[in-house]
Amino acid sequence: MSEKLLDIKNLKVQYKSGNVPVCAVNGIDLSLNKGETLGLVGETGAGKTTTALAILRLLPERTGLIPEGSITFDGQNLLEMSEEDMRTLIRGEKISMIFQDPMTSLNPVMTVGEQIAEAIEYHNSTREGEEKIPVDERVNEVLEMVGIPASRKDEYPHQFSGGMKQRVVIAMALACEPELLIADEPTTALDVTIQAQVLAMMSELRDKLGTAMILITHDLGIVASICDKVAIMYAGKIIEAGSLEDIYVSKEHHPYTVGLFGAIPNLKVETRRLSPIEGLMPDPSELPSGCYFHDRCPHCMEICKHEYPDVYTDGTHSIACHLFTKKGVQEDKDE
Amino acid sequence: MNKIEQTPLIEVRGLKKYFKKSGKTLHAVDDINLSIMPGTTLGVVGESGCGKSTLGRTILRLIKPTEGQILFEGEDITKVSEAQMRKYRQSMQIIFQDPYSSLNPRKSVAEIIATPLVVNHVCKNKAELRKRVKELMDTVGLADRLYNSYPHELDGGRRQRICIARALAINPKFIVCDEPVSALDVSIQAQILNLLMDLQDNMGLTYMFITHDLSVVKHISTEIMVMYMGNCVEKAPAKELFENPLHPYTKALLSAIPIPDISMRSKKIQPIRGEVASPIDPAPGCRFAPRCDFCRQDCTGSSIPLVEVSEGHFVACRLQEK
Amino acid sequence: MAKLTFKSQKRKENEEFALAYTRGHSMTADIWRRLLRDKSSVVSMGFLCIIFLLAIFANLLFDEALVTAQDYSATNQPPSFEHWFGTDLYGRDIFIRMVFGSRVSLAIGIITMAASMIIGGLLGAIAAYFGGKLDGIIMRVTDMFMAIPETLLALCVVAAMGASAVSLIVAMTVASIPGNCRLVRSTVLGIVDTEYVEAARASGMRNLGIIIKEIIPNSLGPIIVVSTQGIANLMLTASSLSYLGMGIQPPNPEWGAMIAEAREYLRSDPYMCIIPGIVIVLTALSFNLLGDGLRDAMDPRLKD
Repeated sequence: MSEKLLDIKNLKVQYKSGNVPVCAVNGIDLSLNKGETLGLVGETGAGKTTTALAILRLLPERTGLIPEGSITFDGQNLLEMSEEDMRTLIRGEKISMIFQDPMTSLNPVMTVGEQIAEAIEYHNSTREGEEKIPVDERVNEVLEMVGIPASRKDEYPHQFSGGMKQRVVIAMALACEPELLIADEPTTALDVTIQAQVLAMMSELRDKLGTAMILITHDLGIVASICDKVAIMYAGKIIEAGSLEDIYVSKEHHPYTVGLFGAIPNLKVETRRLSPIEGLMPDPSELPSGCYFHDRCPHCMEICKHEYPDVYTDGTHSIACHLFTKKGVQEDKDE
Repeated sequence: MNKIEQTPLIEVRGLKKYFKKSGKTLHAVDDINLSIMPGTTLGVVGESGCGKSTLGRTILRLIKPTEGQILFEGEDITKVSEAQMRKYRQSMQIIFQDPYSSLNPRKSVAEIIATPLVVNHVCKNKAELRKRVKELMDTVGLADRLYNSYPHELDGGRRQRICIARALAINPKFIVCDEPVSALDVSIQAQILNLLMDLQDNMGLTYMFITHDLSVVKHISTEIMVMYMGNCVEKAPAKELFENPLHPYTKALLSAIPIPDISMRSKKIQPIRGEVASPIDPAPGCRFAPRCDFCRQDCTGSSIPLVEVSEGHFVACRLQEK
Repeated sequence: MAKLTFKSQKRKENEEFALAYTRGHSMTADIWRRLLRDKSSVVSMGFLCIIFLLAIFANLLFDEALVTAQDYSATNQPPSFEHWFGTDLYGRDIFIRMVFGSRVSLAIGIITMAASMIIGGLLGAIAAYFGGKLDGIIMRVTDMFMAIPETLLALCVVAAMGASAVSLIVAMTVASIPGNCRLVRSTVLGIVDTEYVEAARASGMRNLGIIIKEIIPNSLGPIIVVSTQGIANLMLTASSLSYLGMGIQPPNPEWGAMIAEAREYLRSDPYMCIIPGIVIVLTALSFNLLGDGLRDAMDPRLKD
C-alpha cells in the first residue's frame, strides 16, 4: 500500500533576474506515497508554488532553472523527460494542478462542459490503441462528482459563483483520474462557509478515488483537517516535516513553526495579544548565511549564523535546527 | 441614576443603502442599527457580498445612504453638505483591505502619509510636516530610511503600516478597518493586529473592524455583529458570541473555521449547504432560510425582528423568540 | 534578546537612511537621471534640441528674405555646399525654407496637441470621475463629433474662420478633442475605483485635488504616448490641409506643404521630396521615442 509515488531529492530552483540568481527553492527533499495527502505550508515567497511548478516542469522557460536535484515520479525522473513526454504522459494525465484563483483559470468564452470535454478529448488523442473514454458521459459524471448538476454543463463560467467555479476547476483536474493532484491554495479566494464545502468535497473525492494530493496552503487549520503529512517551508527550505501528530502534538518544534502557531488567533484560548514573529522573510536573492531563519529566531546561537543546520530526525519527524542537532546542543552547553 | 450615561461615538439608526440597477433593487445594507462607544471596537463579520464593506463606507459617507441616520458624537452627518463633511472626515478614517491598490503607486511613502496633513492644513511649514510624517512612521513601526521609498518596493505588511500611518495622520477618533489583514501572511497579520490594538490602547481610538474571518475579530473586538445579505442576524459582546452563538448562520461560520488542532479532526463537521445569493429584491423573512437546517414555516413571509435574548445579545431568529 | 537585535537593526536602517538622504532625492532630479540613462531618449532629445534651436534663432542665423526670394538661375538644384538641401522649382533654398517652416510645423503640432489634450483630457477625466448624467452628456457630444471625419471637421472650421495658422490650430484642436477625451476617460475609469482615490476622499481632499494629484499622475503613461504620436500625426494633417489650400498659404513655407509642392518632381528631383520627408519622419520618431522614455522615467515602479 505504502508505495512511493513521488520522491524529490535535493531540489533547487533558481530564477534568473539581472545578475543575481533568485534562489526560490534551496534543496528540498519530499516524498509522497500513493493515496497520501501532503500539506505544504509556508508564507508568501517560501517557494511552495515554485516547487509545484517544478514538479510539473512548468517553470518559466527562459528564467527558471533547476541546477540540482531529482524528481522521481512513479519510478521515472521527471527532470530527464522530454517536453513532449511531459505533455502527453504526465501533465493532466498523471499529475494535475489546481490554481488559487478560480476566476482566471477558466476560459470565459467556453461553456464549462466544453472545457472539461476538451481535457478528456486531449487525453483520448494521446492514448492511441488504448480504451477511449466516452466524453459526454465522463463530463456528466465528473460534474456530478463535484456536486454540480450535469444540466448546468452548457452554462458559461460567469454564470457560476466563485465556489462553483472552483468545483469546475477541480472537476477538470480530476477528469482523467490523475494519480497526483497538486492544489495551490485552492480555497484562499473563497468564503469560509464555501471553503468548508470545497474542502469537505475534496477530501471525500480523494478517499473515493485514491488520488495522492499535495495541498499548498498557508493555513495550518486546513492542513489539520485534511492532510496526512506536513512539510513546513521557509525561504526555499523545508524546516520541519512529519506526520500530523509530529507537527500538532509533539513538543519539539522548529522556532519558526512555533512562531507560525503563535501568530494564529486561537479561538479557544483567551489572549489579547498575539505573538507574531518579528521581521520579514529574507530576500531570496540575498539569503543570509547560516540558518535562513537566524535573524528572526528568538533562540539564535552563534553557530546558527555560520552553518546551515543538519536535519534532526525522530521517527517520521524531521527538524532542521541547531537546537536539536548534536553540534548545536554541544555549543549551547559550552556557553 | 448618578452614573453618567456615555454617548456613543457612532450611532447608526435604520441605515439602508439600496443600489438600483435595471429596474431591480439590490438591498446592500438593509435596516442596520448599531452604536459604538468611544475606545471600543465593533467587529462586523460576514461573507463576501453581505454588505459589510458598503456599511463601512456608508458610515464614512463615502457612499450616500438611501435612508436612515448616522450620528457622529450625537450629530447627524447624513444631512450635512460635502464641505461640512470634510470637517467630520478629520475625525473618521478608513484602512482598506488591499495594501496594494490603496496606495498611489506614483507617490513616495512620505508623500502618501503627508497627503491628509496637507489637505487639512495641519502643519504650518515643511519642517513641521516632515517631523510629523517621521513621527507617524515611527508610531506604526516604519524605519526612517523608507521615507523616500515607493509602495511597490515594500512588502504587504509595510504597505499596510503606511495605510495605518495615513489614517492616523490627522488624529482621527474613529477608524473603519475594512479587512485590513486578510491580504497578509499569518505572521504579518499578527504584527498588524497587535499594532492596531496598541494604537487603540495608547490613543483611545474607536474601530469598526470589518472582516470575513471570525477568528481575526475575536481578539480585537468588544462587540461583534454578524451580517448576512444586508441584514444584521446577530450582535453580541465578543466573548458571549463565541461562547454562546445563537443564530444558525453564526454557528455555521464558527464551525467552518479550520482549527489547527488534530483532536478536532475526528468530529466531522457538516458544512452548511448552498451559497450566498445577492439580496436583489429580497422577499420578506429570514434571508438565511434557504440554507438553514432549522428553517420553519414562519421563517419566511414576515420580517424577523432583532430580539435581545440576554443582556447585549441580540439575535434575529424565530427559534430564539419566546 | 530578540528585542535587542531588532533595535540594532533599526539603528542600521537609520544610518542607511542618513546616507540616502545626503545623496539628495527629488522627484524631478530622479526623472531626469533615469531619462538620461535611456540612450534613445538622449539621442531624440539632442535631435529635437537642434530643430528647436534652429527654429527659435532662425532670424539671427539666416536672412528671412531668402525664404521667399526666387532665383530662376538656380532652380531644381541638388544638394551642394551652397544649398545644403538643394533648391526648389523657384530656386529657393530648401534648407532655409525648412528652418523657417519648422516654426509653423512645430507650433501647429505642439500647440494643437497640448490644447486638445488639456481640454479633451479634462473633459474625459471629469466624465469618468463624476459619471452618471454628466458622463452621458459629455460622451454623447464627443460621439457626435467623432461621427464627422476629422479632416472634414477641420475643413469646416477653417472655411468659417478663414485660412491662417491660427484657424488651422483651432480647427485641428477641435477635431482631435473627442479622441483624446475618450482615451483619458477610459484610462481614468480604471483609476477612479481604486482604493487610494477613496482614501484621498476620506482624508477630505476636494474633487479637483483628487483629479489633479491622484488620478492624472496615474494616467500619464498612455497620455504621453498618445500625445507624442499625435504631434507627428498633426504635423501631417496640417500639411494635407495646407495642400487643400486651407492651411498655410504659399509662398510661406511649411513642411507638409513643401512636400506637396515637390510631389511633381519626385521622378526628376527626388531630393526635394525626400529630404523634408526624412526630417518629418525623424522629428516624429524623436517625439515618439522621447515619449516612451518619459513614460518609463516617470513611473516609479520601473525605477532602476
